[in-house]
Amino acid sequence: MIVEAKGLRKQYNGVWALDGLDLAIEEREIYGLLGPNGSGKTTTILILLGLTEPSAGEVRVCGHDPVREPLAVKRLVGYMPEKVGFYEELSAFENLRFITRLNGIPEGEARQRILEALEQVGLKDVAHRPVATFSHGMRQRLGLADVLVKKPRLAILDEPTSGIDPEGAAQILDLIRLLRDEAGMTVLLSSHLLHQVQRVCDRVGILHRGRMVAEGRVAELTAPGGFVAVLAQASPILRARLEAAEWALAVEEPRPGELQVTLAEEGRPELLRFAAEEGALLLELRPKEPTLEEIYLRYFRE
Amino acid sequence: MRAIFWKELADHLGSRRFFILSLIILVVAGTSVYLGIQGFQENPAAARDFPYLRLFTTAPGALPSFLSFLAFFGPLLAVLLGFDAVNSEFTRGTVSRVLAQPIFRDAWINGKFLAGLGTLAIVVVSIVLLIFGLGLYALGFPPDGPELARLGVFLVLALLYLGFWLALGILYSVLFRSTASSALAAVATWLFFTLFLYMIAGVVADQVVPVRADSPAEAWLKHENLRDFILRFSPVALFEEATLPILVPSYRGLSLLALLMQPGVPTNPLPLGQSLLVGWPQLVGLLALTSVCFAAAYLVFMRREIRTS
Ligand SMILES: Nc1ncnc2c1ncn2[C@@H]1O[C@H](COP(=O)(O)OP(=O)(O)OP(=O)(O)O)[C@@H](O)[C@H]1O
Ligand SMILES: [Mg+2]
Repeated sequence: MIVEAKGLRKQYNGVWALDGLDLAIEEREIYGLLGPNGSGKTTTILILLGLTEPSAGEVRVCGHDPVREPLAVKRLVGYMPEKVGFYEELSAFENLRFITRLNGIPEGEARQRILEALEQVGLKDVAHRPVATFSHGMRQRLGLADVLVKKPRLAILDEPTSGIDPEGAAQILDLIRLLRDEAGMTVLLSSHLLHQVQRVCDRVGILHRGRMVAEGRVAELTAPGGFVAVLAQASPILRARLEAAEWALAVEEPRPGELQVTLAEEGRPELLRFAAEEGALLLELRPKEPTLEEIYLRYFRE
Repeated sequence: MRAIFWKELADHLGSRRFFILSLIILVVAGTSVYLGIQGFQENPAAARDFPYLRLFTTAPGALPSFLSFLAFFGPLLAVLLGFDAVNSEFTRGTVSRVLAQPIFRDAWINGKFLAGLGTLAIVVVSIVLLIFGLGLYALGFPPDGPELARLGVFLVLALLYLGFWLALGILYSVLFRSTASSALAAVATWLFFTLFLYMIAGVVADQVVPVRADSPAEAWLKHENLRDFILRFSPVALFEEATLPILVPSYRGLSLLALLMQPGVPTNPLPLGQSLLVGWPQLVGLLALTSVCFAAAYLVFMRREIRTS
């Protein structure tokens, strides 16, 4: 276990931001920490790095206690904060060089590592431009390069894809996967968009109000939760019958005469019968992939 | 800490803020020294004892002496180097990135303070060298040993004084979340100590010990002592009182009035050790103020939650 936390609690002004969190991450794993805003993702990450002290609980990162040996942890862990900031008047290269110096990496090697990292995130051409001229996406990628120059054993990325267009996000996630595959890095990333990160995460944990409400492989958590059907030429009578049916979880009418029905699995034969009887056309019937919201609501109810 | 020191130093030296302020100081220093040298040419006798020291303290024409100018304007440079040291890192979002690196948190604030001090040292030393150069050119002979020693002490004192203002600026940068409020607080403090406290001291002394032109000498002395006592709370006055005996070798820490009341006090120069002793309490006071400011900044910073949101 490269990360091990037991019973983490953290109180901010009388509010429990973390309320008994357990977390275990294995070497070479990509772990996604998911949860809605304010669920405690950033708090967890700051505690793992030794940047905030937990109010209670035990933590081990790379075999060290971040509270007592923060430097040992920080030597081995790379961190990209959620709102990553740089020295605006310095160039991308200079910003990274400051980091390599703080890590005591000799100049010659540092130069090589910096150029390599900038190349990996696609910023090599603008290496010597001041960061003030960078777009949000470029900054985010520079933040990733900032982690890479350290060649950490564990990379902790807080919302690495926030505010990035889908294509850019996919690129970043591909790069994260590449790092694990080639450099053997362990990655802990946080996000509130399950569908975005589920592609790269080996395992995800879902936080809600400072507790882990669900944890496991993505496929297990996203097991279809019912079906969605789209019906055309639907009459008001059909609609009324559907709304009365127990297995129909939601009935919407996005366009006149068209119905979108969310239904439980066992309702499928009934739905087909209803459609035939009322002369409606079934346009679509597909498994419904649960959203993050639904998943944690589902686990939260239990 | 070396990496932090060099980065911050480079930042300071490259900043427009630093450039403008030090340019002003350099220009004023150059002008006052130039005028001082012209004074020597008109009155060659003055160039006999400690001519180089005189360049720092004599006020040519309407200009203030270089010493009072430094006492007044130097703090602005120092405090402006420090006022956004920490809070700008928070607003830029660089704190968590830097503190996630394997450095001690105190190395960061120490590095910032030392870099500020280094920057100030560069300014002060280059001004003194400039004055040397001009003096050498005009007088035709270099400063002698005692003069050099006194100038060395002056350098240390000036740095200590500016160090206090730097520490104050850094303290504000830790206390205030926004750079605008810390800048405002810094400039307000500067104005208070360089201008208002002098006015307040005068007013309070007038109220407590009213004096008229024909009042007895004791009343005047009491009035002056009270005023000086209030002024001692100001680092500006401490600095002036500590440096005057160094730069004016015959100065004995007595006001002109005291000299008038005790005729027969010699006015020949004191040795450096004695001069140091005259300004010693002020020097210690200055050192204490600097330490208190920096320690406060240090403690608050070490306890600060680093999350920006
Ligand atoms: N400095 C603070 N003072 C008081 N409460 C805080 C502080 N920082 C965080 N909190 C509270 O702690 C809880 C967890 O916050 P945290 O930042 O860990 O959430 P998050 O999962 O990272 O959210 P987001 O997706 O918005 O980044 C929130 O309810 C927040 O209000
Ligand atoms: Mg967060």
